[in-house]
Amino acid sequence: MKAAVVVFPGSNCDRDMAVALRDVAGADVEMVWHGEASLPDVDLIALPGGFSYGDYLRTGAIAAKSPIMQAVVKAAEEGRYLLGVCNGFQMLAEAQILPGALLRNANLNYICRDVTLRVEDSDTRFTDSYAAGETIRIPVAHHDGNYFADAETLTQLEDEGRVVFRYLDAVNGSQNDIAGIRNRRGNVLGMMPHPERLVEEDQGGTDGRGLFRALASAFR
Amino acid sequence: MKARIYITLKSGVLDPQGKAVHHALGALGFEEALDVRQGKYIELELADGTSEARIEEMCRKLLANTVIENYRIEI
Repeated sequence: MKAAVVVFPGSNCDRDMAVALRDVAGADVEMVWHGEASLPDVDLIALPGGFSYGDYLRTGAIAAKSPIMQAVVKAAEEGRYLLGVCNGFQMLAEAQILPGALLRNANLNYICRDVTLRVEDSDTRFTDSYAAGETIRIPVAHHDGNYFADAETLTQLEDEGRVVFRYLDAVNGSQNDIAGIRNRRGNVLGMMPHPERLVEEDQGGTDGRGLFRALASAFR
Repeated sequence: MKARIYITLKSGVLDPQGKAVHHALGALGFEEALDVRQGKYIELELADGTSEARIEEMCRKLLANTVIENYRIEI
């Protein structure tokens, strides 16, 4: 499996993502600077967490217009796999690759703790190592993770089974407690929690490994 | 030429920051402040003759997120 991690000014989870992809998914990982115009030939592109461009204007808004993003959009349209975590999810929403927007957390606090997620859709190449309905513990670390979409979009997401992860308890005010969604085709996943932060016992748990193991078997 | 862009949250979109500001106004005794919605104001210095259509495009492509925000342009 070959993977690219896109690095933006202000990314801070890019190296954790690369380590998880390398060590758990067994991927050859290339780091790609956001100013590049093209991507290497890879199976998976990861947009990492962090505070790209200092969250100026809106979270992920300026990164979503980076030179590399045109190549990312094109790759996703061609069916390449695309994973956006935290700030990466905010970029996917800003680029309108995924619907909706991530607003300021309802309680205005920066939330940094482990949360329990239910795996709602285990029938994706990102999640098929989990059982449907399985609950997992994954950390969140965000100020703007409050998922918002208009009523019609929300109904569509639910009816089409595109909510992949849901918070078991309310965390940040997200509508329907949405923690992660996918596109219709199933090759793009955006999520606020950080699976790459919980892949080794030394990190305090391994519930995030499943996502990287699923990717490993998808692109053997 | 100069353009002034006012960006506001669409109605129905939760505004936790506006709520916090409203709460603080209440704590200061301004009971007549019934609600607060917080937005953004952006000033653009533009080349003379820039069309309103171009400014609209700037708003749609970057300055506002039309999923959650409205914008108003003043020239």
